[in-house]
Amino acid sequence: MKINRRNFFKVMGATAVSGSSLAALPSDLTAWESKAPPDPYGCLVDLTRCVGCRKCEEACSQVNGLPAPERANCQCTIFEKKRRPDDKAFTVVNRYFTGKLDNFDKPLPTYAKVQCMHCQDPACVSACIVGALTKDETGSVRYDVSKCIGCRYCMVACPFEIPAYEYHDPITPRVMKCTFCYDRISKDGGVPGCATICPTEAITFGKRADLLRVAHKRLDENPGKYINHVYGEKEAGGTSWLYISSVPFEDVNLPALPDNPSPKLSETIQHSLFSYLWSPIVLFSTLGALMYKSNKSNPENSNGKRGTLEEKNITKGGA
Amino acid sequence: MSHKAAPLNKKFWTPGVLVMVAFMIAGGIAILARFTGGIGYVANLSNARPWGLWVGVDVATGVALAAGGFTTAALAHILGKHFYEPVTRPALLTALLGYTFVVLGLLVDIGRSWAIWKPMFNWNTNSVLFEVAMCVMVYLHVLYIEFIPIVAEQFKDRVNLPGPLSIFNALVNLLLKMADAILDKIMWIFVILGVVLSCMHQSSLGSLMLIAPTKIHPLWYTPILPLLFLTSAFAVGYPMVVFETTIVTSSFNIDSEMEVLSPLTKITTFLLGIYMFLKIGDMLIRGTYVYLFDGTYQTNSFIVEMLIGVIIPWGMLLFEKVRRSRKALFTAATMIVGGVALNRINVFIVAYKPPLSEGGYFPAPGEILVTLGLIATLMFIYRVIVTYLPVLQAPKEVSS
Ligand code: SF4
Ligand code: SF4
Repeated sequence: MKINRRNFFKVMGATAVSGSSLAALPSDLTAWESKAPPDPYGCLVDLTRCVGCRKCEEACSQVNGLPAPERANCQCTIFEKKRRPDDKAFTVVNRYFTGKLDNFDKPLPTYAKVQCMHCQDPACVSACIVGALTKDETGSVRYDVSKCIGCRYCMVACPFEIPAYEYHDPITPRVMKCTFCYDRISKDGGVPGCATICPTEAITFGKRADLLRVAHKRLDENPGKYINHVYGEKEAGGTSWLYISSVPFEDVNLPALPDNPSPKLSETIQHSLFSYLWSPIVLFSTLGALMYKSNKSNPENSNGKRGTLEEKNITKGGA
Repeated sequence: MSHKAAPLNKKFWTPGVLVMVAFMIAGGIAILARFTGGIGYVANLSNARPWGLWVGVDVATGVALAAGGFTTAALAHILGKHFYEPVTRPALLTALLGYTFVVLGLLVDIGRSWAIWKPMFNWNTNSVLFEVAMCVMVYLHVLYIEFIPIVAEQFKDRVNLPGPLSIFNALVNLLLKMADAILDKIMWIFVILGVVLSCMHQSSLGSLMLIAPTKIHPLWYTPILPLLFLTSAFAVGYPMVVFETTIVTSSFNIDSEMEVLSPLTKITTFLLGIYMFLKIGDMLIRGTYVYLFDGTYQTNSFIVEMLIGVIIPWGMLLFEKVRRSRKALFTAATMIVGGVALNRINVFIVAYKPPLSEGGYFPAPGEILVTLGLIATLMFIYRVIVTYLPVLQAPKEVSS
């Protein structure tokens, strides 16, 4: 390896200049900030009202052009196995027996609908390699299939295990998840399919801030009825979808999550290391200096790697 | 000490090569199935387990084990320890092939392989994966550039294209000479760039899982995952060189290079020591040792990774006797290579347990065949290249 002196200083000069411009950066550059929209929509799900009719599943598949729900009219045996949203269903209702009894000591079911929570600072959006997932002003977390490469990192990242994949499409599979009926809610007066159809008003659509107020009011006005917690107010940094319930949330597969937004740690690490590529530039300069020094101290070696033609021929001939 | 590399003059088709070809064919069929029936047709991946063998082994382990390339380049070219030059070429070739196959593995794994170029135009700088992808892409090109002089060395002034293409002989020769002459002046830029890019994506590969705290077992989930990935990449570089050099030299029956390998692994005791110190320190500070004896497959896998993959080989390498014995050195190096490979598999597959969905994951036969097929192809091409290009050291008695 030969280092040409002039060449060396030219390149190193350029790195030094870009390096020194870093000193001028404000120091709070790397502090993490939430990118949540200020006034998003949301949905409040009151699990004490849900009767497990699965009408929301049906409305969802109609609005989103998905196949009809599995055994749409069944409200019994369908609940025997726990279902997850998948590439053919953006939302599913599950039944849980949490140990609650009715007046005749019969176990009382709790039904819980599950779909994308439309997180305020979504892990999937932060993770997506190409920015195919975005958090919209409406609160909806949207998917742009034209950018997606199918790496499925969004699925790894989502703490609610929501995005599903069309694993059986060989060439153009899509990531499938609840759209928050963006095409409807982005228009005046638009309401998501599931919220329109729910016969018991278990799903309330509105501005997230208003829904939080409604939720807390219900908790306050019915002492003892609810667990004193609005799920989604703080979980994973807050979600557009909110739940209130009379049974512990873990019992209905709503996981206990840290209040920290999921992307905070990795984004902080990434940006503090790589903002303006400062660390690669410093590393490059340091290694360059080392290389220059070591090359100067034993120059006779710097060319030793290459054998001359004659030498090689000897080698070849002898082998 | 000779610095000359030369093409091997050995018979190409051996029984071993035929076995490789068999795996290549089987892998090819599995890949064909993946591109006709979809990922779900050959793989056990699910919505809860979107990453499996292909990401854990073909990508994550592949990148880690290609670390020999940048660690030897740093030692010989940047720190100027020219004594180690004999191993830089084979290590460069391994890295080059390793990364090529990381990309091939990715093409099989991502759902829309034809869209793999899209990250170049749609940047999400918040995404760890974006950074990894960019670094890997640029680094792959750097590796190819670093390899050009080796091609030039062999074919300069004797370009001899077959048949009608021979009218281009003079032109190709000129291009080759020009590239070689230019590269000779600026190669140092690529050497340093290669090391910088490696440090960046080796560590970021560890950051990938930081976004999923609830899915990764606490024995592995730590904010210093990127640092652990980086230090383990440093640590595995030279053992990987020992591992492959020993296999290559004994299968081709050429000089074993022990006089380079022994001192090389002396450095490893230091590098592996750092990794071990960080890993154990992290466990003590976060108090995760409470999980150690849970007896689940996850914790057992952690114990194997640490004990057999790190602590024991580190202890072995402390002894001069081990470092001087070809067999013992190979054993220790293999354990370290296996330990780091297992670490990547652990982080990406074993430690990953989505709490909400049911069902585990074990790779399907189709997935395994794809991976084995890719590895066999890699070995096959390695063999082709060392047979025809000056990569390996010429037999001692001739060149000295
Ligand atoms: S629930 Fe999952 S898919 Fe939905 S916005 Fe949050 S991270 Fe994204
Ligand atoms: S699968 Fe598509 S949407 Fe999901 S992270 Fe990858 S590119 Fe983004």
